[in-house]
Amino acid sequence: MWDATKILCYRLFCDNIHRNVGFIEKGKSLALIFYFLKRVLWIIPTALGVVTLTFFFVHLAPGDPVEVLLGEHALPVDRQRLIESLGLHLPLWQQFVQFIKGLLSFDLGQSFYSGDAVSSMIMKRLPATAYLALMAILFAMLMAIPLGVWAALHKNKWQDRLALTFSMLAFAMPSFWLGPLLIILFALYMQILPVSGNEEWSSIILPAFTLGFAMSAMTARLLRASLLENMASDYVKTARAKGLSFSKATRRHAIRNALLPLVTVVFLQAGALLTGAILTEAVFSWPGLGSLIVEALNKRDYPTIQGCVLFIAFVYMFMTLLSDIVYALIDPRIRYGKEGG
Amino acid sequence: MERKGVKVLSSFAKNMSLPFAFVIAVLLGFAILATLSGDGISITLNEIMQSPSNEHLFGTDELGRDILSRLVAGVQVSLSVGFWVLVLAGTIGTAVGIVSGWCGGWIDMLLMRITDIFLSFPGVLIAICFAALTAPDIKNVIFALGLMGWVSFARLARVQTLTVKKNEFIQAATLSGVSPFMIVLIYVLPNIAAPLIVESVFTVAGAMLSEAGLSFLGIGIQPPDASLGSMLREGARYMLMAPHMVVVPGVTLMLLVLSLNLVGDALRDRMDMKSSH
Repeated sequence: MWDATKILCYRLFCDNIHRNVGFIEKGKSLALIFYFLKRVLWIIPTALGVVTLTFFFVHLAPGDPVEVLLGEHALPVDRQRLIESLGLHLPLWQQFVQFIKGLLSFDLGQSFYSGDAVSSMIMKRLPATAYLALMAILFAMLMAIPLGVWAALHKNKWQDRLALTFSMLAFAMPSFWLGPLLIILFALYMQILPVSGNEEWSSIILPAFTLGFAMSAMTARLLRASLLENMASDYVKTARAKGLSFSKATRRHAIRNALLPLVTVVFLQAGALLTGAILTEAVFSWPGLGSLIVEALNKRDYPTIQGCVLFIAFVYMFMTLLSDIVYALIDPRIRYGKEGG
Repeated sequence: MERKGVKVLSSFAKNMSLPFAFVIAVLLGFAILATLSGDGISITLNEIMQSPSNEHLFGTDELGRDILSRLVAGVQVSLSVGFWVLVLAGTIGTAVGIVSGWCGGWIDMLLMRITDIFLSFPGVLIAICFAALTAPDIKNVIFALGLMGWVSFARLARVQTLTVKKNEFIQAATLSGVSPFMIVLIYVLPNIAAPLIVESVFTVAGAMLSEAGLSFLGIGIQPPDASLGSMLREGARYMLMAPHMVVVPGVTLMLLVLSLNLVGDALRDRMDMKSSH
């Protein structure tokens, strides 16, 4: 297992050295593996911090879940029974230990309302959100790559300014406004797409576009910057000097290398999209994780809120880790320690 | 020397005038609208969901309230949330960052691990979590957003402090017996201010968007008080009957955020120019 990973890392690493630098230095692959190991181990204290923070947020917050569940005029006997059945009579640290124990066996507790396990509720809603996030990334890339390349090829001309204006607008347009606008345009006036829900195949189009919109703007700007940097680099100049036409040098060399950083952005964004999905799903009544959180928020269903927040935070953390690793793999200049630079 | 100063000044005017003019135009627009508007809370049930007209410039909502009046109130909420979040996040974040960068060692390590933990939450999630669990009012919204915003200030202030710390004038001040607190106040803070100011502009814009998001989810500003987010929430419910209810607050929010982002970008370009000289 270890060897296989090492070989894979080494190969990917050397590949990139070949491509970008042109020679291999001995011992560098080991440094890379230590970097990965350190990065993976860092997950443990961070995850513990995330869990602690979430737990104390939920448990120290003002507002009594028992009162929310039973109402103000409940009998003291009922209150007492509920407090004991929820385990709220224990001291806080014992509740925390219980909670951690549960977490280790993937038990996020039960919903106050339905009594279902929070983990199974999340798993039931996850596919819809994952589908939405994937389609959003697809939409974002389909928009961002042509736009970014187009802007870079026409640097400082009107095309570039148009792309810049588009991204400025996209940054200032929250999904909970873009969504309703798209619904009014495509579902109300043109009547070619469904308003909300997830009954038809075309239901995905508007939510995915809404969720991916801001991401496409960011990615396009990143790609533009990355492409311009590559086009000004020595290896493209060399390719041009050797007689390659401008379009060939751009297509074969610059664009290919400029696309590399996008991979890391996709991973980073995939984690962030889950949070964005909360608002987008609320707009389109999309039956995913985001709607689950909003439902839980409205009912003050603390275990469900806690479970969902933890789940999203963990996915986000994992995606950040993946993005770091992929980044190190495709860019050999990254070394642990030089990071803060 | 003089000529250079003039050149810098004129390039500053060229770079900054457009965004600033835009912001001033937006704010002036709101100031004029504010004088035209009523209280935005009085309900007139025989005038519900009217389209824009001379009497109601932006129409009325589902309870017959004048949307223009509610808009002005909502913008006030946005601006005050943006301002107070900036004060909260900026103060805490800058303080943490300076202490971390200045002291180094285990204090730096500890503080940076804490910011790492906050960074491993996608920003808005902390705010949603906090706002959902506390009483939904403007104070808690500000606190929730401040909780999410301080991290970027801390990181920025730390990196900047580390750079400034290496300068000889700091060493000279230390040697001549100035207390660390005074050194930070007199020498470090002014030298790290520029990037923090740029960050501030984006923080205000982000806080406005997030406040609207929280209110849209129903865990921010509560009715009958108006906020752009809660107006969008009500508007989205009736958008098929009265599209103006969702279009008007959305355009407003976009203009506010866009103008701040433009100023932020222009400031950042300006700072980059300075550093490259």
